[in-house]
Amino acid sequence: MIRLSVPFRQAVSRLTFPVMLMLSFGIVLIGRADQGISGALRTGLDDVLAPVYGVFAGPIAAAESGSGAIGHLFSLSAENAQLRAENAKLLQWQAVAMALEAQNNALKATLNYTPPAAPAFSTGDVVADMGGVYDRSVLVVLPPGGSPVPLMGAVAMDGRGVVGRVVEAGSRAARVLLITDINSRIPVALGASGAPALMAGTNGPTPALLYWAPGQPPAEGAMVLTSAVGGAFPAGLPVGVVHYDAQNQPVVLPLADLDSLRLLRLFSYPDNLPVLTPIPHTKAKPAAIAHHRKK
Amino acid sequence: MRRQGLWRRLDAAARYAVPFGTLVAGLVVLGLNFGLPGQAQLRPVYALACVFFWSLYRPSALPAPAVMAGGVLLDLLGFSPVGLWAVLLLLLHGAVLALRRRLVQRGFLFTWPVFSGFAAGAFVLAWGAQSLLGQGMLPLRPVLTQTGFAVLLYPALAALFIRVHRGPAAAELA
Repeated sequence: MIRLSVPFRQAVSRLTFPVMLMLSFGIVLIGRADQGISGALRTGLDDVLAPVYGVFAGPIAAAESGSGAIGHLFSLSAENAQLRAENAKLLQWQAVAMALEAQNNALKATLNYTPPAAPAFSTGDVVADMGGVYDRSVLVVLPPGGSPVPLMGAVAMDGRGVVGRVVEAGSRAARVLLITDINSRIPVALGASGAPALMAGTNGPTPALLYWAPGQPPAEGAMVLTSAVGGAFPAGLPVGVVHYDAQNQPVVLPLADLDSLRLLRLFSYPDNLPVLTPIPHTKAKPAAIAHHRKK
Repeated sequence: MRRQGLWRRLDAAARYAVPFGTLVAGLVVLGLNFGLPGQAQLRPVYALACVFFWSLYRPSALPAPAVMAGGVLLDLLGFSPVGLWAVLLLLLHGAVLALRRRLVQRGFLFTWPVFSGFAAGAFVLAWGAQSLLGQGMLPLRPVLTQTGFAVLLYPALAALFIRVHRGPAAAELA
């Protein structure tokens, strides 16, 4: 220890407080004059403290929630109640499904119903190509040898629902216009009653529902199936579920995973082909061009 | 004068370091994500209670440089202008030292309102300084909530500090 004289020590202890106060004011002024210094200091402190926080954060997270046994214990009864409620609901749906199946079988028997033949289809990889004329479209690479049936207008589906339809088809690749594209208009049937509506793409993730009957507004959660109106689609392919967005407009949540398409099946329904959209790549008439040049 | 052994001196030094240690450790621990409501506002409350208590009962173990260091740490951990809380904590420290003779004999029921008053003053000053430095009126609501926290939490913090004061921080037991 350094021995200091008593008066000197007293003077030092008396001066410490004002000096520190002045220093603090100085720090305020410096921090005010140069914002970068305080930012750098904060970052440095965070760098030092990050490992400390890291050491504590794990046990706290484990104890509170997430993977921790304690968190699970706390949520156990709530989870149980939720599962019981869900189970009851599902049993109810099971009953509904069985009733409908029985009714369906009875109707088929009465009408001497024969299911239509499965359409020809070809499967292709999706190339992540969002270019082209359309905003929401994908290019599907066809297997070598091409498709046995003409693909123009074929319905593209992934594992869950309708993705779109083929608008350009070559021998090696086909372009699929997605249901979310602003050019896409698909006649759909809503819910169990099959109320007609038109599903129009908006270039957003959820297509809008247009032209539904005023007396039968789409119900939230109702199933959206394709409709055979217009002949472009066969009836009854699953498309999505009705949902009301923040503006209280009915939209369709597509069943298909449109953000990460990998494999698509292209179904050709030969009966429906003739009434498709006009083919966009027909050449302009020479007479019209000549007429145009004259002016 | 009896020559002190190494362990004895180490013990004394550790006890001397306890008040500042509680200040720093508390500030760091309050940064952990406990998911408490208003956790970010608890930091200044804790710092004020800490500085008030230790300045009152163990001023030698919490000298002005330590108070300033704690204030700068509080500023760096939070988002107040650097040095602001250093100034405020030093002012509190000075005020408590000036009133120490009168405060130290009184019981908890007297020091609690005194602390509440100091805390309210400090939060109002912090609000004013931040409004001035940021060139715009800040909302007054955080001042009220922080003062409420300070008033309500001081008994619990004081109970904790009193235990520390009699146990680990008691330099006379070394």
